[in-house]
Amino acid sequence: MISRAEKSANYVVLVAFALFAIAPILTVLQAAFGTPDAGGSSSPGNLGNFADAWRIGHFGTYLRMSLAVSVFVVVVSVLLSILSGFAFGVIRFRGSGPLFYLFLLGIMMPSEAIVVPLYFDLRSLGLTDTFWAVALPQVAQSVAFGTFWMRAWFRSSSRTLVEAARLDGASTRRVLWQILVPLARPAIVTMTVLVFMWTWNEFLIPLVMVTDENLRTAPLGLAFFQGQYTQGFTLLAAGAVIVATPVVVLYLFLQRHFIAGMLEGAVRE
Amino acid sequence: MRSSRRTGSPPGEPRRIAYLYLLPGFAVYAAFLLYPLLRAVQLSFYDWDGLTLGRWIGFDNYREIISDEGLRSAFGHALILMVFFAVVPVCVGLLLASILNRAKVRGLPFFRTVVFLPQVVAMVVVAVAWRRIYAPDGSLNDLLGALGLDSLQRGWLGDYTLALPAVGFVGTWFETGLVTVLLLAGMGRISGDLYEAARLDGAGPVREFFAVTLPSVRGEIAVASTLTVIAALRTFDLVYVTTGGGPGNSTSVPSYEVYHRAFELGRVGSAAAIGVTLTVVILAISLLINRIGDRDTAS
Repeated sequence: MISRAEKSANYVVLVAFALFAIAPILTVLQAAFGTPDAGGSSSPGNLGNFADAWRIGHFGTYLRMSLAVSVFVVVVSVLLSILSGFAFGVIRFRGSGPLFYLFLLGIMMPSEAIVVPLYFDLRSLGLTDTFWAVALPQVAQSVAFGTFWMRAWFRSSSRTLVEAARLDGASTRRVLWQILVPLARPAIVTMTVLVFMWTWNEFLIPLVMVTDENLRTAPLGLAFFQGQYTQGFTLLAAGAVIVATPVVVLYLFLQRHFIAGMLEGAVRE
Repeated sequence: MRSSRRTGSPPGEPRRIAYLYLLPGFAVYAAFLLYPLLRAVQLSFYDWDGLTLGRWIGFDNYREIISDEGLRSAFGHALILMVFFAVVPVCVGLLLASILNRAKVRGLPFFRTVVFLPQVVAMVVVAVAWRRIYAPDGSLNDLLGALGLDSLQRGWLGDYTLALPAVGFVGTWFETGLVTVLLLAGMGRISGDLYEAARLDGAGPVREFFAVTLPSVRGEIAVASTLTVIAALRTFDLVYVTTGGGPGNSTSVPSYEVYHRAFELGRVGSAAAIGVTLTVVILAISLLINRIGDRDTAS
């Protein structure tokens, strides 16, 4: 049906589009592995640029903070989302409809709207410039998404299984942790990678909440590094690679979860 | 029990234990999202610099969004960004996805991995990369020079008329992969019989696209539009790192104005009003687009 000419034209389109998508990323990689700017201490082609950027840009500190925030947000929000998603998806209770819509509102709410009052309220509590000011608002955002995500999964999971377990006398807690959660592993992994990515890449909340350099996350550190380090691009590129690598590596291993999660979890009821 | 299955709601009697399961998640959510949203609404009625006592001014901050030229143009810029973030990627994505869907080319999974990659890279990193590309000695000008188009070379992000399209183009680059992958997934679900019937009727690729492909992926188009339009309204990181709203205020957008006013100008009430407006606009757009998408798939 489809001619050879059309087929090869399709490959041309495919390759051109792939190149377009990856070209800016390659620009950064090429600079990061390339000849160092004047003042650099390394020869081209080795990892010296990364060592220089790591030292001058304090990326070690930033990565540690990013890792701490991301792990905390992932663990707490996944746990809380399983609990609330279970309540909405499996148990019947008064007010579940309106309460669920209240959670849905959180998915749509942009950080821009809440970050202003949050900053001034946390400041009067003396909580700005702390780990908690960066982590807790992101837990709240992730719980809004996670509740929505886990509810959808629990609703689609086998209802007869839950009923049978209950007839056997299993408690609600056992139904959740010993029957449903092991089955929900794919959904939980997807939620974990998405929340990790969103938290790692978040910029506005740490920018507003933190002035102490030791509490900067990796993207925030990179933005400041760009402001300070203006002679040449090599070290900035190396810093950018350092900041992007953890999520990109995770993506290469778990891309199915990333793509499915971002497409399905996007907006749908 | 039968009735509960029909309505799709969980079985059994209403049980209070649900509230116990909800409590911890809801507590964090209420404290760090719902309460701040209410506070934002409250603050938006005040003239407050963040330090001294605020002054109640009613709807003045909202009126300013319409009357102030700088703010009006910020919202106008967001509209222009929607063309770059949503309209162009959906059109290009439709074209690419239908081409790729027609001929089952090999290597599609690899292709998907590559074009989706921008979505997982931190926006700050994306902004750093594109700032470099647009720099006076950057690769875009190198490319133009190599093509003999030296007259077009410029500092793209410093140009009053071209800075906004330049920022918008980053959005096109960022969203096109996402939209294409989304549409490809939708087109993969179209039954082959439909295409065969269309071909038996003598439809060419173009008629096939409008008669079969396009109607079948309306739902996906709605999802893609919602995602990308919202992304166009939430461009804070990109604008902050690439241009800082400049030159002049030629690339300022509402999400940037929130930050700028609250933390640089000390106009907290105005910032809160913009934030609330942004939330309302995002809610309205997602409801509207989903309503249209649902009606279309239903008919």
